[in-house]
Amino acid sequence: MAGPSYSVDLAQAMVVDTYTPLEWLAVAPVALPMAAGALCLMFRSRGDLAARITVLTLGLLVLLNVGLVHTVVQQGTLIMAMGNWLPPFGIVFAIDILGAVLALTTSVVGLIGAIYASGDIDIGRRRFGFYTFYLLLITGVSGAFLTGDIFNLYVWFEVLLIASFGLIILGGERAQLDGAVKYGVLNLLATTLFLVAVGYLYGLVGTLNMADIALAVPQLPAAAPIGVVTALFIVAFSMKAAAFPLNFWLPASYHTPRIVVAAIFAGLLTKVGAYSLMRIVVMLLPETRDLLADVILWVAVLTMLVGAFGALAQGEVRRLLGFVVISGIGNIFVGVAVGSSEALAGSIFYAVHSIIVMFGLYLAAGAVERIAGTSSLHTASGLYRLEPALATLFLVLAFAVSGLPPFSGFWPKVMLVQATIGAGLGWVAAAILVTGFLTTIAMGRVWLLVFWRDAVNGAPLRSQATPDASRASWMVPIALVVVIVAGIGLMPDGLMQASLASAQSLLDPQAYVNSVLGEGGN
Amino acid sequence: METVFAVLVGIFFASGIYLMLSRRTVRILLGIVILSNGVNLLIFTAGRLTVAVPPVIPQHLPTPENIVANPLPQALILTAIVISFSLFAFLLVLSYRAFQDLGTDDVDEMRDAEPAERRLPPMEY
Amino acid sequence: MNTIIFRTIAPFLAALAGLFSVFVLLRGHNEPGGGFIGGLIAASALAIYGIAWGVAPVRRAIVVHPITLAGFGVFLASVSGFLSFFAGSAFLRGLWISVPFFGTELDLSSVLLFDIGVYFTVVGTISTIGLTLEEPEVD
Repeated sequence: MAGPSYSVDLAQAMVVDTYTPLEWLAVAPVALPMAAGALCLMFRSRGDLAARITVLTLGLLVLLNVGLVHTVVQQGTLIMAMGNWLPPFGIVFAIDILGAVLALTTSVVGLIGAIYASGDIDIGRRRFGFYTFYLLLITGVSGAFLTGDIFNLYVWFEVLLIASFGLIILGGERAQLDGAVKYGVLNLLATTLFLVAVGYLYGLVGTLNMADIALAVPQLPAAAPIGVVTALFIVAFSMKAAAFPLNFWLPASYHTPRIVVAAIFAGLLTKVGAYSLMRIVVMLLPETRDLLADVILWVAVLTMLVGAFGALAQGEVRRLLGFVVISGIGNIFVGVAVGSSEALAGSIFYAVHSIIVMFGLYLAAGAVERIAGTSSLHTASGLYRLEPALATLFLVLAFAVSGLPPFSGFWPKVMLVQATIGAGLGWVAAAILVTGFLTTIAMGRVWLLVFWRDAVNGAPLRSQATPDASRASWMVPIALVVVIVAGIGLMPDGLMQASLASAQSLLDPQAYVNSVLGEGGN
Repeated sequence: METVFAVLVGIFFASGIYLMLSRRTVRILLGIVILSNGVNLLIFTAGRLTVAVPPVIPQHLPTPENIVANPLPQALILTAIVISFSLFAFLLVLSYRAFQDLGTDDVDEMRDAEPAERRLPPMEY
Repeated sequence: MNTIIFRTIAPFLAALAGLFSVFVLLRGHNEPGGGFIGGLIAASALAIYGIAWGVAPVRRAIVVHPITLAGFGVFLASVSGFLSFFAGSAFLRGLWISVPFFGTELDLSSVLLFDIGVYFTVVGTISTIGLTLEEPEVD
């Protein structure tokens, strides 16, 4: 078995390492929501209590994650060995800037979603464990972003998959069951393919620790079928991320569940696939990534265009947004395909932006549905007169998702376009710009039809019946998202530097490896 | 020995994929079960096969004396079995409910989430 | 399934199996056993009771809904991971403490707490499934 050579120092394994409270921040994004989810399960008959627990936990988590990002920026990669079983044998959480930023984004989105849910999820769904599943989903997503062990990554994938199954069928309407069958089967298939790839990789390198794999892969004999393994990883993660041609499950299912569930799915789940692609294919298998770069590039461009054209052809807001999610995934894949640090930084920035904006757009679509009673572009109309504030917020989100300044979507697109032109791929830059243009048309049309157009005949107007309390429950979350989107757009420096640093550490994982395995790691 | 297992894994995969190409949900699910069992076998084989040497460390030693079977793949498989079992149970119930509510187990006829006649958005403002 | 023999024996059998499940749970300390199979044995004890006397008496016997037990188990297991925070060690690190207990040494550990969490989770989940299957269908 071709593995790295290390001498096991038994004395070191027996030592009780001291961990500072700062290092404990590494497990908070996983342990806190899990414990809170268990509490919500115990008190699920008291829906209000579960809602309060969820909001409080996620609020605390946002604060802790801010601390986590700060610590990682200050001290470099943070390591937490579970049960003090040291790497490469034990499971470690290894948090670099990429993981920390994404975990922070996850908790922010989770908190806003929990606030929105308090006005959107009825008692029946609370009883069936909405908040437990919701917290479990946050647990799984955070775990996937933080873990430093490839099999552990598979386990987190399954955790978030189980939670998402619970969320997608909550309510049990016909369309939900239909969508859940397709969502469930294809996502289970994707994780199974991921497991196949993990099995092969383990057979080749004899280790599951990511840092250890990064050391072992270059030492493999030339005949080792690492290309097959990489291809399998790419297929599995592309399916998870809904990249063309494996994207058809997403528009078939994302419009069926409750809007807050669809929002959290659209924000987080596809990005977990994209993140894993970066972490595993770019960081651990760089040579075979170069080999398959052209394939990924074509996938990326086709995904962008299919998403944009698909969005243009939809007559219903939620389904249209499903295609916009897909076109965003295409943008993220461009950076993975180009592989330079600027391009990857653009991808990472785009991923963070896309999590927040897609989440916000779904919430806004939910608000439209509440007021107009429909999300069809044929009947929803005249909302500007009723809700000018919502119309403004929606317009900002539409600008952001299309990549127009001064909002968060502009900067990652600039970075990606610059990087592609710098790599001599002008046609890819053109595709990114065309996609942005088409998205502008699609989103602009939504805004014109739903908000600006006079109320068409038969447009149901139930706004008078909407009580004020529930108005705050959707207006505040959407406004929060818009504040974040505008904040990133106006002050992109911090996030830009963080994504550049993340990209560099993905391309040159030596520092990461050293902090996991110690300085004598190689 | 590994060759035999490799062929066996291949047969599992082939039958799993064949079943998943069907349009009936039950067959798709059976295909998934066979596929995930194939994956378990694959991980098992990837950990290298040995005969009758349990990975037990004698009490007076810190490490095993001789070459022993690799316990890690078994731990991985146990995890994978539990997870895929529970997901399969969920999908089975889901497809049963879908059959009850939608009246079909043919995925081509499940058009509730995506109606066949799709309306394009209004072309004029 | 409601023969007089079975109905008479079932409560004793269930009580015995419940006791045995605790024994297996604690035996997992140093020997084969532990929370998972202990939980399975306890769940089968509830199942036996349920088969003999129906689902309602079982639900009354365990007071809370079984899924609440499962939630409690997961919570307990997560809490056991946090104990090592106060020892300045890593998450989920096993901590051991010996306390004198009526003349003998009693070894307590955070691992045991975790195992008890597993026990409750398994009891809760399996008996939720079991009781749901035993209940006559309403529709």
